[in-house]
Amino acid sequence: MENAFLQDWGITLMVFLPLVGALIMMAIPGSREEDHKLVAFVTSIVTAAVGFWLVIDFWNLGKSEWANLHYTVDKNWISVIDARYLVAVDGISIPLIALTLLVVPLVLIYSWNHIPNPGNPKAFLMLILVLHTGMLGSFVAQDLVLFFVFFEVVLLPMYFMIGVWGGDDRLYASIKFFLYTLFGSALMLVSFLALYWVTGSETFTMQGLAAGVETNDVKLGTQVLIFGGMFLGFGIKVPMFPFHTWLPDAHTQAPTQGSVILAAVLLKLGTYGFIRIAIQILPEAAIEWAPWIGLLAVIGIIYGALGCLAQTDMKRLIAFSSVAHMGYVMLGIATLTDFGMNAAIFGMVAHGLITGMLFFIAGSVKDRYHTLEIKRLGGLLVQAPKMGWILGFCVMASLGLPGLAGFWGEFPAILAAYQPNGNLPVGLFRVYMVIAAIGTVLAAGYLLWLLQRTAFGTPSEEFEDDPEIHDMVLTEWIAWVPLLVLIVLFGFVPNIIFDLTDGAVTGFADAITDAAAGK
Amino acid sequence: MFLNQFLIFAAVLFCIGVYGVLTRKNGVLVLMSIELILNAVNINLVAFGAYNSDIGGQVFALFIIAVAAAEVGVGLAIVLLIYRNRRSIDVSEADLLKG
Amino acid sequence: MLSLLAAEGPSVPEVFDLVWLIPAIMASSFAFILFFAKRLKIQAHWIGIPAVTACFIFSLVIAANWIGYTHDVADSHSAESHSSDSKSEDGDHSDEEGVGASDESAAPFVNAEDVVVTQCGSDSHGDDHGDDHSDEGDHSDGEAFGAGETAMGADLELAVSEEGEEGHSSPCPVINEVTWFENGGSAAEGGSDIKIGTFVDGQSVMLLVVVTFISMLVHIYSTDYVNGDRRYTHYFAFLSLFTASMLFMVLSSSTIQLIVGWELVGVCSFALIGHWWEEKPNSDAALKAFLTNRVGDIGLLVGMIILYFAAGKTFSIATINEMAVSGEISQNTLLVAGLFLMGAVMSKSGQFVLHTWLPDAMAGPTPVSALIHAATMVVAGVYLIGRLYAVFFIGFGIDGGTLNAMALIGGITCAMAGLLAFVQNDIKKVLAYSTVSQLGYMVLALGVGAYTAAMFHLFTHAIFKACLFLGAGSVSHACHHSFDMKADMGGLRKYMPKTFWTFMIASGALAGMPPLAGFWSKDEILVGAGAFPGTGGNGTFTIPFIFGMAAAAMTAGYMTRVIWLTFFGDYRGDTTPHESGPRITTPLIILAIGSVFAGFLNVPKQLPLIGSKIGLTFEEWVEPAGVSTFPIIDHGKPSLGLAILATGFGMAAIVVVWQYYKKLYSIDRKATEYTSHWADKNGLLKAGHTMLVEKYYLDHLYTDTIAGGTKGPLARGTYWFNQNVLDGIVNTAGKSATVAGRFIYKYIDQGAIDGSVNGAGAGAASWGQALRRIQSGKVRSYASLMFGAAAMLAAVFIIAV
Repeated sequence: MENAFLQDWGITLMVFLPLVGALIMMAIPGSREEDHKLVAFVTSIVTAAVGFWLVIDFWNLGKSEWANLHYTVDKNWISVIDARYLVAVDGISIPLIALTLLVVPLVLIYSWNHIPNPGNPKAFLMLILVLHTGMLGSFVAQDLVLFFVFFEVVLLPMYFMIGVWGGDDRLYASIKFFLYTLFGSALMLVSFLALYWVTGSETFTMQGLAAGVETNDVKLGTQVLIFGGMFLGFGIKVPMFPFHTWLPDAHTQAPTQGSVILAAVLLKLGTYGFIRIAIQILPEAAIEWAPWIGLLAVIGIIYGALGCLAQTDMKRLIAFSSVAHMGYVMLGIATLTDFGMNAAIFGMVAHGLITGMLFFIAGSVKDRYHTLEIKRLGGLLVQAPKMGWILGFCVMASLGLPGLAGFWGEFPAILAAYQPNGNLPVGLFRVYMVIAAIGTVLAAGYLLWLLQRTAFGTPSEEFEDDPEIHDMVLTEWIAWVPLLVLIVLFGFVPNIIFDLTDGAVTGFADAITDAAAGK
Repeated sequence: MFLNQFLIFAAVLFCIGVYGVLTRKNGVLVLMSIELILNAVNINLVAFGAYNSDIGGQVFALFIIAVAAAEVGVGLAIVLLIYRNRRSIDVSEADLLKG
Repeated sequence: MLSLLAAEGPSVPEVFDLVWLIPAIMASSFAFILFFAKRLKIQAHWIGIPAVTACFIFSLVIAANWIGYTHDVADSHSAESHSSDSKSEDGDHSDEEGVGASDESAAPFVNAEDVVVTQCGSDSHGDDHGDDHSDEGDHSDGEAFGAGETAMGADLELAVSEEGEEGHSSPCPVINEVTWFENGGSAAEGGSDIKIGTFVDGQSVMLLVVVTFISMLVHIYSTDYVNGDRRYTHYFAFLSLFTASMLFMVLSSSTIQLIVGWELVGVCSFALIGHWWEEKPNSDAALKAFLTNRVGDIGLLVGMIILYFAAGKTFSIATINEMAVSGEISQNTLLVAGLFLMGAVMSKSGQFVLHTWLPDAMAGPTPVSALIHAATMVVAGVYLIGRLYAVFFIGFGIDGGTLNAMALIGGITCAMAGLLAFVQNDIKKVLAYSTVSQLGYMVLALGVGAYTAAMFHLFTHAIFKACLFLGAGSVSHACHHSFDMKADMGGLRKYMPKTFWTFMIASGALAGMPPLAGFWSKDEILVGAGAFPGTGGNGTFTIPFIFGMAAAAMTAGYMTRVIWLTFFGDYRGDTTPHESGPRITTPLIILAIGSVFAGFLNVPKQLPLIGSKIGLTFEEWVEPAGVSTFPIIDHGKPSLGLAILATGFGMAAIVVVWQYYKKLYSIDRKATEYTSHWADKNGLLKAGHTMLVEKYYLDHLYTDTIAGGTKGPLARGTYWFNQNVLDGIVNTAGKSATVAGRFIYKYIDQGAIDGSVNGAGAGAASWGQALRRIQSGKVRSYASLMFGAAAMLAAVFIIAV
């Protein structure tokens, strides 16, 4: 059974503690930088403590319970529009919540001596905490209005992080990011409202709407249109080809912390939304859309990989690789099978860990070399051997090496495409499967190529005797080791995540099968 | 006609008064011209009162004579003040109300 | 949870439950070296060597137990030739009937008339999910792989008569598995269990011994060879990791575990080829190796996926094989899966056209080449075919009387690579092409159905090829780490006799000189092709057989060339060569001894004197005959004529090459370039020679055309598309929004709307302006206005009324 305290307060406390921390920081004058770092860090740790208590308590419920929603808090919120404060977690959200809870403190540790220009840790750290609330909230919300609010809360801090603390081209990148995402969310909101009116169920809760769609026999055409709105909203966030162009710019310009959070958690809001909202509420429309999603996913895989091969900037390359990796996640989702969606969630976590790590490394390389131009780098293994090896490790993880976390997001997604669910065209998906498999070759190509040109060889003359280039520092170790350990752990013990997600995902997949049979 | 002579007389008197008000620059003369206009009105009132056998006309004329006396008092005071301020009683120079 | 064999059958040695320890030991050795060796100031080999030695000894124990077990099973079969209704002790194999029935109907491959088939009841079989051991699924923490144990052994005999030399009965593979993760619920709930475990049978035990043995010798050898290297610790760490991954792969009980191991050895290979990554050619070679293998891995992934679904959502190797044998998976499916898997085999085992990475991989340290790129990792492809032999055998219709892709690929590879070996000047590259050629042999053998011959050749080849590589390393150690035979070697037999003699023996073994190891294994392959009169075949495989014969002669030829250039003639280098130290020569000697005697493990039964006693022992131990996870294969009949012919070809090649080089160097004994080249004299020959030197232009095709094309125009084009078209659309959308905004602001907002408001204000102002003139402030003008107005009003009044 759920712990009584957690049942009542666990989720709420976890979600809003960062906000409390941000409020406290507001009261402290900005000149006391150390205090700010401390408060922010302690806040994130307390949040993590509450959060992981919740996660462990959830774990102890036992496998059979993981498929269901727990710790549900259901309160009236805005009664005029029937919006409720409905939060709960199940096996799908728990891995992503745990990922968020882990990444944010690590980012804050890393920030200890890596506050990007133009400084002002007070504002910077407060933004991270606000982001924290938004991300956690999105993963627990079971009401569409609530979800939408959290989804949008995430947007603004990120906009400021890129726009204020970003690179040279930050204004363009931040505005592009903001408008792009806002455009998507606008359509998403329209879809949400349409659902509300079409079902007439006078509720915004996901379960309520799902039931409403089923009982009201909403016309397939309407469903498909509504799904389309959500598709744009989530697809832009993922990002899917061809809506990905904000991502390389945002990633490249964002400060390291921003990139890490963006890659590790923010992108997952989109894929999470697909599974949690779009597929759960509109299974029939999902079947209609799946071949197209699959198509865009495999295009994204190949396209992202080719884009990577053309990059000259390390950070931009890593950013582009996200397009390819999220392609695998989306392919998994598009198969609508249990295996595929399991893989998708695994892929989200794995991508969060691995790409987060790669962005950390890119940030640290930039700190030392003041450039990320691949041509000018080289010989990282000579000058900073430990960092070089870690880069090699992450590259291997990223290209989907079995035994490391990345593999379990990739291989099962490819596998699931062999036999998609819900009467989807089998031949088409098998073509997708082969294309996705070819994508793994390209992934190995660009990642190893990156490794070869940055880590191998000897340092170029301009950096040969640069005293600023040193190996890892303590904060880097503390921030990175947990991620590295988890990459290996999930690689060898994938059932930590698969077990969590399997129950809930199987439920969704069964709903798809039923929907297909009902047609 | 008994009434007509009075009315014509009053109209002539009114016109003289108006002419005086409009053309004279001397403030005192303007006041006197206003006195003429008022008296033209008095004549009219009395004439109509007599014509209609109504005592109201004479009563009104008496009121006007009293009010005219007060008005001349106030008017002369103003003229006196203008004179004190400007050393002149030329009303064409008094344009404080100009917009 | 120990489920035993039938009560009256021989019991499975319990030591098989612990076989998972072998990779685990090596893995911990890796972790320990990586994290603690430098900190504790222990030299890495003091961790690596004891670990690998322990593994070797343990492997020998396993091997001994396996041999004992095979004998027990064979004995029990011949002793109890009655139909037994034995059931496994769990008694919960609800699917037995289904399997049994389907098995009887699988006519073409299981000839129930004269062969004993031991039914290896795999636990989850296709669609009927038994109530198997899914409760073991949660034991993944701590209890490791020994926990969920399901020995294969519902020992159900279909037919009892046993006759002929085919009649030996092998035990079922011993499988210990735990559930790695579940998907869609457990198997019992209609999902699938993904399992990981150990799979002990003849093939894996043989590989265990080979891998640990070679790895141990390479460890010892390396202590001298890479002594003082800049990354000594990393080197040993990766040796350990490689050994662990290789063993992990060898012991795979499920295809997904095999994929994991397959990729892990690939990474170790990558890291060790690129061991000296400061120089670009080395890292290039490493990248090439990894990427070429990745290309093959597409086939691996897709093939395994097809098999996963074909076998009813299971990765279990035993189940897949069993269903392939019993005909539950259609031949077409098997063929498609097999073709995809061939892609993986071609890349990993260096088959022609994906072999190009292997010679480049010689950029790594020589002991690594010996271990990874000669003896163990590169045979992973051969191992894969053997592991899923039922799939290939039935999919490719190997006994169906038609020529198949596998035999052809193997045949072409062994001949083409043999030719290439003739034009290399780098001693390691000659050996690399020789490895490719020999791997071709093995694939050829598997392609013609000579399973045991392939495995036997794998076994002997590992020994003598490791010896050759280590010998080459020893030679280069003596000659300032040069591998160029023409420039820096020659006449070395005087300086380094131990290296010379071991190299000679191993070369003899490679060239197939009787009675050395290679002779026996190569002969068996040629016999297995069944194309030579009297070997029991129908001539289907004549083409591969001809390739094989040619390759046999070529092998002898190019090895003679290597030996001549290296050890004979005059020394052409400019230093004084010296014999290597004992840590290098001891492994050489051990391997040379192995090269002499390993062949006697599987001599034909017909061989005089010893044949009846020790004939075909290897086959008995390794080939799983008469079990339901393995197809029934015919064995070729040994032919003395063939042996003489092949040996004769080899001898002839040796003589010709010997004479040629002797003559060539008689002109200038110290020449580092040939003074007169035979190929210069004839245009056609010259073209052929250039073709060989350019390695059939495959590298140009791959590196320049394919890789270059992808990296260059294709990638750049895509990125251009991204920046200009996709981003262009976005930016244009943004820009046109701005333009539209400006237009609206300028003309509509500022012009019309604001215009009217401002207009109202301005109108009021101008009217005021006009009216203020009346406001003269002069009472008289006001009065005159009033009078005029009143007069007008009066006039109007009068006129109107």
